[in-house]
Amino acid sequence: MNKFAAIAHVRFGLGLLPGQSPDSDPKAALKAQLQGPDPAQASGAFDSLPRGIDAVDTLRGDAMARKAALADGMPKGAFKPKARALYEADAAAQMGWAATTQYDFRERLVWFWTNHFTVSIYQNQTASLVGPMIREAIRPYVNGNFTDMVLAVERHPAMLRYLANENSVGPNSPAGLRSKRGLNENLGRECMELHTVGLKAGYTQTDVTNMAKILTGWSVAGTDGGGDNTGFKYRPFAHEPGPQTVMGNSYDGGEQAGIDALTYLSKYPTTYQLIATKLATHFIADTPPPHTVAQLAGILTETGGDLAAASAALLDLPEAWSPLTKLKTPQDFLISTVRAAPPPDGKPLNYPAIMTALGQPLWGAPLPNGWPDVAASWDGADAILSRINWAYTYAARFNAGDAGVEPPDIATASLGPLLRPATISAMAAAGSRREAVTMLLSAPEFQRR
Amino acid sequence: MALHLSRRATLLGLTAIATTSRVKLALASAPTDQRFVVVLLRGALDGMSSVVPYGDANLASLRPELIPPAPGQPGGMYDLGGFYGLNPSLTGVYAMYQAGEVLPIHAVAGPYRTRSHFEAQDLLQLGTENTGITSGWLNRVLAELPSQTLPTLKGLSVGIGTPLLLQGPVKVGSYAPEHFATPSPDLYARIQALNANDPITGPAIGNGLRGQSFDASIMSDDPATGPGGAKGGGNFESLATKAGALLAADDGPRIAAFQLEGWDTHGNQVNGLKIPLAGLDAGLTALKSALGPSWNQTMVLVMTEFGRTAAMNGTKGTDHGTATAAFVLGGNINGGKVLGTWPGLGQGQLFENRDLAPTMDIRSVAKGALASHLGLDAQALARVFPGSMAAAPLLGLTRSV
Repeated sequence: MNKFAAIAHVRFGLGLLPGQSPDSDPKAALKAQLQGPDPAQASGAFDSLPRGIDAVDTLRGDAMARKAALADGMPKGAFKPKARALYEADAAAQMGWAATTQYDFRERLVWFWTNHFTVSIYQNQTASLVGPMIREAIRPYVNGNFTDMVLAVERHPAMLRYLANENSVGPNSPAGLRSKRGLNENLGRECMELHTVGLKAGYTQTDVTNMAKILTGWSVAGTDGGGDNTGFKYRPFAHEPGPQTVMGNSYDGGEQAGIDALTYLSKYPTTYQLIATKLATHFIADTPPPHTVAQLAGILTETGGDLAAASAALLDLPEAWSPLTKLKTPQDFLISTVRAAPPPDGKPLNYPAIMTALGQPLWGAPLPNGWPDVAASWDGADAILSRINWAYTYAARFNAGDAGVEPPDIATASLGPLLRPATISAMAAAGSRREAVTMLLSAPEFQRR
Repeated sequence: MALHLSRRATLLGLTAIATTSRVKLALASAPTDQRFVVVLLRGALDGMSSVVPYGDANLASLRPELIPPAPGQPGGMYDLGGFYGLNPSLTGVYAMYQAGEVLPIHAVAGPYRTRSHFEAQDLLQLGTENTGITSGWLNRVLAELPSQTLPTLKGLSVGIGTPLLLQGPVKVGSYAPEHFATPSPDLYARIQALNANDPITGPAIGNGLRGQSFDASIMSDDPATGPGGAKGGGNFESLATKAGALLAADDGPRIAAFQLEGWDTHGNQVNGLKIPLAGLDAGLTALKSALGPSWNQTMVLVMTEFGRTAAMNGTKGTDHGTATAAFVLGGNINGGKVLGTWPGLGQGQLFENRDLAPTMDIRSVAKGALASHLGLDAQALARVFPGSMAAAPLLGLTRSV
């Protein structure tokens, strides 16, 4: 394996799979991954997972069943909601795919955009909705247009519920006048600050309030309530009537106003600046050289938000092939471990439980700005020791006699020229397969991407 | 909950504590007998719900459904002198207030005027008006304390990740137990050697092993209640109990920083605040109790990134605002009253016709705390809070000695 192939598979992917040949033209191979529909969905791997509206129906069914069970005398806390099982199935399927796919650059992009549009499973009963949002609003667009992704995400029940737009009501709408309910500006603010233009755009509080008014009526409904496949429903009676101005543009009312406003925000110069900065920070370095950000922002501007073009432009940066300096997040570390050294006993891993213990609960960032993307946020002594301790725990599976593959071969196959001589000799001196695998997973070169 | 501190652990002043995703704690040792605790409420606590200005005639029309019952009514707020009322969930805080150990300060805000949680939380922890500085202000406090008696490892951040408040040139170690198998000391040593020259993993593993080598002996929960105590562990109350015991120890840490989440009450605020406020109350009460006599040498600063809208929003909550309330607590606090200048809620008195207007910079409170409690002089305060000349230290936080 040459050095460029090794860098490509780690910086842009999740590491080589056992038996996978390193790409002879790594850049071309990565660009090829940007073509076509989402490989996981095309493969049928997610066919049995629920649509957004199925999850909305399940939540409603849970609420009714719980009420009935409590009325029947079931003790509080004994009720097992079905929505939980949906989350677990989605997590197992999507992490399982990441651990085995050859389209790992594509998967990294899915993770990146999922984090950009964070919805936490811990708030507002969204656990069963995050998986559908990733499959319905992120995966189809990672090589599409950013505007389409924004529009799909902001109207997804996961986001509408997480940022409390579901029940936001225009004060002068029929529903508002009748019920005294009114505006909740949470989504209006965060869709501007975090998802699109960012604070640098210099918008005002009035812009935020008006954006929230524009989004009134964007709500959630199950099958009975007439929701679409994702569980989205526009409720005209809750929509604030009349034109609203956001960042200097006036929008007439109705559902289209939200689509138009989000389209404008998603194509604003500071939006491209913001996502270019995040992409470069994620794939190049914690502090990316300014010209790399400028290059990506330029491509986004030229193409009107073509994410395949922006992702390809990343690969064309000379810095994309420089030595790896970024620290893997716990999620990167876990999945790259399982890819380099799949469980020899074949027993699946409980990804959510491990990720929680490693400090990065799956789809559970504490705040809507998502997980941080720099080493300083992940390099605490406790965090690093947790990785080592988990590696040692997992490596026990390699002590069995029929482990098949030997630790030095795992190291060579996964890291190639990135493997340091010190690690090779430390592994050779290890007293058991378990110790040797632990040494590999604890080596500094395995912590980088 | 019984805690057993080993001699060795207390000598080093380091320890290990459980954590959850909603509550985090960081500790640091420092060459002082004074204890200083910062409690960061992430998500923006509505100051007009914690310290309710019920005496303001405009309050009822702005937020009719967000005001607790009047003092004296069933479930009513605790009266703080005829104008302000303490939220009825803050029972323990009120008891301390009556003992003169709590000083609420109203209408405070950071030097920034952003309504972004993320920018404001960063700036609150950096202690500046902009993000041109990269260390947290509590880390800079550590740097201002005399260093000759410090152990090599100054602090211990507990929970995954170091809060920005404590990030900076003074390196803080960290440790969190996570129930994985642990390698033998020999294997750890080889892993440490393998990482020795790495700028990221090298120091992290070194610090981690220093902490872990005595983790088991530092403290153990009462076996009768199991890990984390009877309440299941990880909540602010149990973390505060452990932190209090450690801070109280002769050679224990002296600085602690908690981060509590759950304050972003965009909807159904009255119910939504009950659990976090009760948790805050229980934790502060537990901290005092666990500190024992050391409570007299302790100052606790409770602050949040900004306040919330003066008026109720359309979903019985409040949106992002500006000024809010802060609290200073401790055994030597000159409390039992509310400090601050009330800006009023009438026409033309709200900030941008929407938020409680700020009348004091939160850095004045923090500088007053550091000056009176840790003895930082004007030069040191200027280094901890650069560019804060206009925010003079708030005087009179402690009883004169």
